[in-house]
Amino acid sequence: MSTVRVEFSAEQLAEVRRLQGLYPDPRAALLPVLHMAQDTFGHVSLEAEEYVATLFNLSPAHVHEVVTFYTLYFQQPKGRHVVAVCHNLSCHLAGAPRIIEHLKQRLGVPVGETTDDGRITLQSVECLCACEHAPMMQVDDRYEFDLTPEKVDRILVRLQ
Amino acid sequence: MTEKILTRNFDRADAHTLAVYRETGGYTAWEKARAMEPAGITDEVKKANLRGLGGAGFPTGMKWSFVPKNHTGPVYLVINADEGEPGTFKDRYLLERDPHALIEGMLIAARAIRCEKAFVYIRGEYVEPHRRFAAAVKDAYDAGLLGAGLDIVVHRGAGAYICGEETGLISSLEGKKGWPKVKPPFPAIKGAFGMPTIVNNVETIAQVPHIINRGAAWFAGLGTKTMGGTRIYSVSGRVKRPGIYEESVGITLRQLIDRAGGVSGNGRLKGVVPGGSSAPILRADEIDVTMDVDGLRNAGTMAGSAGVIVFDETVSVPEALMVVARFYAHESCGQCTPCRESTGWIYKMSERILAGHGRKEDLDTILDVSKRGAGTTICAFYDGAVGPYISYIEKFRDEFEVLIRK
Repeated sequence: MSTVRVEFSAEQLAEVRRLQGLYPDPRAALLPVLHMAQDTFGHVSLEAEEYVATLFNLSPAHVHEVVTFYTLYFQQPKGRHVVAVCHNLSCHLAGAPRIIEHLKQRLGVPVGETTDDGRITLQSVECLCACEHAPMMQVDDRYEFDLTPEKVDRILVRLQ
Repeated sequence: MTEKILTRNFDRADAHTLAVYRETGGYTAWEKARAMEPAGITDEVKKANLRGLGGAGFPTGMKWSFVPKNHTGPVYLVINADEGEPGTFKDRYLLERDPHALIEGMLIAARAIRCEKAFVYIRGEYVEPHRRFAAAVKDAYDAGLLGAGLDIVVHRGAGAYICGEETGLISSLEGKKGWPKVKPPFPAIKGAFGMPTIVNNVETIAQVPHIINRGAAWFAGLGTKTMGGTRIYSVSGRVKRPGIYEESVGITLRQLIDRAGGVSGNGRLKGVVPGGSSAPILRADEIDVTMDVDGLRNAGTMAGSAGVIVFDETVSVPEALMVVARFYAHESCGQCTPCRESTGWIYKMSERILAGHGRKEDLDTILDVSKRGAGTTICAFYDGAVGPYISYIEKFRDEFEVLIRK
């Protein structure tokens, strides 16, 4: 894993200032800026937390507390793609356990881990609120509906 | 069949555009509301019997009227688009397919509460709904609808069910972990950034333009005596046609299941979760109830977010309990001891019962811990968690005992 320099570009810093200006208290822009940090650096490392803290005049401990509270921030490097299967009630009733087993087998990793080639991180997650299309999963930004093992295989081919 | 109001344009692929919204009467309610006194708008919403559609069912007009009249600083409107209650997916449709209905409702609500800056908190996983809604906000700015008295900030969450709780949402909006806050003070008195704040669900606010356009009496007449209008039911689980169904709040659960094609699986109903996973389950013989807030409360459960999850006879209730217990254990924010500890232990117990290692006293322990912990925490999360814990065990105890005796 190559190390990314933890620093925003001048344009990004301008965007940070714009976001901070949207709120009565600039610290409210912390979540959006952490999303930016993750998009830029791949994950939110301790170093990134410290860097973001300086942009907000917050303690690194505060930023760490926020990063660890939410599920969408990755503290460790993630795969180039994240496959997150819903395992909540409606998806469970529609066969989510079978979909998760299928993915574990195809990818050769347990839930929560990343394939050796850094291609895919597999997760099982709580309700993504698309229960009418159960079982379903989120692949990066996209929702994938009405899954079958065959459909999962077709989706995996797309992910390089 | 009930007239479609919120979902009337959902079948059109271009329903999310400003042009189509205007073509179908969009922003005429805002024109009308601009000529009304703020208190007049609130009165109209009160008379319409509009109640919050996110979960709590609180009367919307009354909530608005809690903003202190003598307050001179900013007042904020915050839209809760942190949809996350298992079994619910209606706000996703509203954000993607009719974003201008929310914007128009926000303009009207903001006038009623004298708000100049509003926030829309969208769950982080909703990338496409966020994109659609943000594009609609941009179009509304370009058309001069926004930026001339009201500004809207679209805010993206980062994954945490508890941020759907209104004070947790405010903490998160302020850039902190989403810990709920002690009430009072209620947000209407002291909310986001220390200012009076009204937090309303997406669907609640999307109703407001219709109330202004067609009148409170019309809206109230669509529902029951204590709750007006239609709402969007999310129906999933073992039904033949899962999906969203806009119906009067006076529809019965039996009728709603029929609208969704009836029970799938083996075709015979075992039970129904009527209002998102936190709503206590109803048995097959308890579904002749109206789906409004009071109808379901009288049946010992709740309307919640109107997420209906159907179990046919082949569904294992102990397995369902393990799934929901895992959810509450994962999503407990950890602030209050009864919730943090109980959700974790009950999940472990539900797992061992399912694995055939349950102890004889486990069921009574879960019931005891559930009943004693409810009402002792800062927010309603744990009260919601005990809904399924208690009702699944009390109504389907035989299924659990069979596993424990093995």
